[in-house]
Amino acid sequence: MTLTVNGVERSAEVEARTLLAELLRDHLKLTGTHVGCDTTQCGCCVVHLDGKAIKSCTILAVQAKGRSVTTIEGLAQPDGTLHPMQEAFREHHGLQCGFCTPGMVMMGADIARRNPGADEKLVRHELEGNICRCTGYQGIVEAILSVANPDAVRKDHH
Amino acid sequence: MGQFGIGQPVRRKEDVRLLTGKGQYTDDINIEGQAWAAFVRSSHANAKILGVDTSAALDLPGVIAIYSGKDLEAAGVGVLVNEAAYKNRDGSPMHKPSRQVMPTAQTRFVGEVLAIVIAESAEQAREAAEAVEFDFESLPAIASTARALDADAPKVWPEFGTNQVVHWEYGDESNVEAKLKAAHTRVKVDLINNRLAPSPMEPRCVVATYDAGDNMLTIYSPTQGGRRLQTMLAKNLLKMPMDKVRIISHDTGGGFGVRSKMYPETVAVAFAARQLGRPVKWRGDRVETFMSDYHGRDQINHAEMGLDADGRIVALKLETLLNVGAYLSENGVRLPMEGGGRIIPGVYHVPEFYFSVRPLFTNTVCTDTYRGAGRPEANYITERLMDAAADACKLSRAEIRQRNFVTQEQMPYATHLGFVIDSGDFAGTMDMAMKAGHWDTFAERRKESEARGKLRGIGLAVFIEGAGSRPVEGMRVRFEENGEVSVIAGTYSHGQGHATVYSQLVNEFLGVDYDKVKLINGDTANSPAMANGSFGSRSSMVGGGGINRASKLIIAKGKKIAGHLLQADPETVTFENGVFKAGAGTMTIDEVAQASRDPKKLPDGVTPGLDEEVTYENDVENFPNGAHVVEVEIDPDTGVLEIVSYVAVDDCGTVLNPFIVHGQVYGGVAQGVGQALTEDVLYDDDGQLLTASYMDYGMPRAKNMAHVEALFNTVPAKTNELGVKGAGEAGATGAPPAIVSALCDALEPYGIRHIDMPLTPEKIWRAIQAARTGKAA
Repeated sequence: MTLTVNGVERSAEVEARTLLAELLRDHLKLTGTHVGCDTTQCGCCVVHLDGKAIKSCTILAVQAKGRSVTTIEGLAQPDGTLHPMQEAFREHHGLQCGFCTPGMVMMGADIARRNPGADEKLVRHELEGNICRCTGYQGIVEAILSVANPDAVRKDHH
Repeated sequence: MGQFGIGQPVRRKEDVRLLTGKGQYTDDINIEGQAWAAFVRSSHANAKILGVDTSAALDLPGVIAIYSGKDLEAAGVGVLVNEAAYKNRDGSPMHKPSRQVMPTAQTRFVGEVLAIVIAESAEQAREAAEAVEFDFESLPAIASTARALDADAPKVWPEFGTNQVVHWEYGDESNVEAKLKAAHTRVKVDLINNRLAPSPMEPRCVVATYDAGDNMLTIYSPTQGGRRLQTMLAKNLLKMPMDKVRIISHDTGGGFGVRSKMYPETVAVAFAARQLGRPVKWRGDRVETFMSDYHGRDQINHAEMGLDADGRIVALKLETLLNVGAYLSENGVRLPMEGGGRIIPGVYHVPEFYFSVRPLFTNTVCTDTYRGAGRPEANYITERLMDAAADACKLSRAEIRQRNFVTQEQMPYATHLGFVIDSGDFAGTMDMAMKAGHWDTFAERRKESEARGKLRGIGLAVFIEGAGSRPVEGMRVRFEENGEVSVIAGTYSHGQGHATVYSQLVNEFLGVDYDKVKLINGDTANSPAMANGSFGSRSSMVGGGGINRASKLIIAKGKKIAGHLLQADPETVTFENGVFKAGAGTMTIDEVAQASRDPKKLPDGVTPGLDEEVTYENDVENFPNGAHVVEVEIDPDTGVLEIVSYVAVDDCGTVLNPFIVHGQVYGGVAQGVGQALTEDVLYDDDGQLLTASYMDYGMPRAKNMAHVEALFNTVPAKTNELGVKGAGEAGATGAPPAIVSALCDALEPYGIRHIDMPLTPEKIWRAIQAARTGKAA
């Protein structure tokens, strides 16, 4: 099968049961996309399929045939300039161990794109499908708000 | 010093790499020619193993080998380590069952590893694991903490005749009982400290390679520092020379105590790689992680407190049951005594104390350290007692605490079990939290909630911790030829931002550019000989203190070299902002480091190089403390509880980087909120694990959390040179009692004074219904 990954056409031979996450990690060696559960709950594996956030552990690789996938490796500019959501995660301490981070950033970018002017409550609701064990979500929520609606970021600390 | 020094909210060095998908977690590592492992796990909570038939599995395509406990035993593999040695009051020792890596005669919990299957692909290994046939004789099981000591409870280890590991006691029970009887006011609480699944987001994973040529075993796995695991593997389990076992953790996706342990899977994968002379990889899935990662908490506590007519504590009696699981893990059995016990009775002065701990076996996976490791349980008991005492003495929750705080004048203050608290402003910290939480205007907000049909409550908890356990650590500072400075740490950063904070410290102490400092950790091949790793909120004191001490040695040596080269008396050389100065002459630290490589440029008796390695040692831990104020709103018709505001004030001593410490606080609070509201590991009566996925286990999500306002009331520790107090576990310690306090405040109109965690809507709704109808919940 052939698909576009991070702007580059890629081909791989996969079994019918191969998941998109497995295609990315095992076949294309794009290990930035993580797998943290077996039940579509944790969101560590979120990538963009034709610009929309999806859980790559929950669709078959063949369903992405001929389509365009963006992973965490493809989010920054080719010159290394971070995507605004990546920069926001750094600025707002949206990550600690980094394992849920690729999924959170890809989800965050999607939330901000769909919800300009979002408030904190909406962002927390939108993160229902992404679990983080380190940050208490505070830096993640602030990072997403800072892109979607900078005025909504609270100013009570750094 | 400057924008990168101590106390600055420096953004993390680690982040760009992790934000661009360049992290290297164990599952990202694949080695040419690797085979895959899958485990056969017990489906029985308690069963005799009558036999195993691997023939059908071995015939499946791609299967390379299958090893069960008997194979490991025949190969001389040792047993898992437990060093606990508690005694009953009569001097008799605790029961200590030996734990094989994979049991050969009996399995004692669901998910226990019974055999490892190696195949060419992960799928083939899994399919073959399902084809391995164990012949079991099922036995009755016990999973319940509350019932494990019942006379008719099945015995996990029949040879002991009891499920009780030991009955450990402190203090004079009859004296404390007499003081309680004589007390003006006597209050009691019965508490369940719910069992939790630590759940780092990275599932457990092991990659092992073995080079027969030089008998070298290399293991990649998520850890909290590899040296202890290396020691156990080499000395106790695989019986190899220490320097022939290497453990590497590049990135680890969360630790929380549970990643610091030696697990059977690690031994089995390493054994298979050595046996086959081929790399072997095991990628655990989340179900396996739930079944086999050690769990946390799981205590039942009965506590009684006596107070005098002024509401001052006269005596405390505490009886703890601890579910240790089917075996003794490395540290689990220690936690009530050494984790929690030493800090009891928290921030309050308690003249008389009796403490009884009965750890007990059940047919469940072991419990062990999880964020806080005994201190959250201890503080939960004390804080629930103080709320009960406030009720009984008709004092406010603040007033009862105020009257009993250990004061700064009483410090250093020795707790009954041997901690000496050097510093802390408990009254000031509580006051700060109440002000920030607008305690005085709460009534207005409650009215506003009532107008919307909601019940509003405000909660308070004041807590103290002991941080920096095992205060010994190796730290090396190395000057590189390219002008960079490496910190080679015995600690291991797995989310805490050590690369950032250690760089700040090197910048502060040695004036080296922040950007020129790098952290090397997570590989036993190059870490200092003494390398305990990171757990127990220890890295700020032992890692930071180690860098401080190494820096002092570097400066002292640098002065000798600079003095020699600047033709000045070394005694007159000064060092500031990275520059050695003698009269008009100056040398940067990098110039001195480069010159120090050339023996011709050195004064007599000075060895080449400016690098220093120290083994940081301290006699004592440190005592972070804090106060949380939280407001909740409850819908009485549904039982749904929402956290509407949260204030956390921490005294974690000198703050090295407030940005990172706040992150620790937020994350800790979330884990405490999880314990209080959503998390509960449940086994059914037959010992089947009911909560083995994120569908069933209530991980706190973003919507469960409120914005946390984190503040500091800084009182530097007097017992370490940086004045730091570990910040990692405070949030998880303060949150559960604060939230339950708020719940009870909200439900006071119904006379509800306690509900056990987790405070699910169902439990809250049932309690309200029962109160409305006058029946027990």
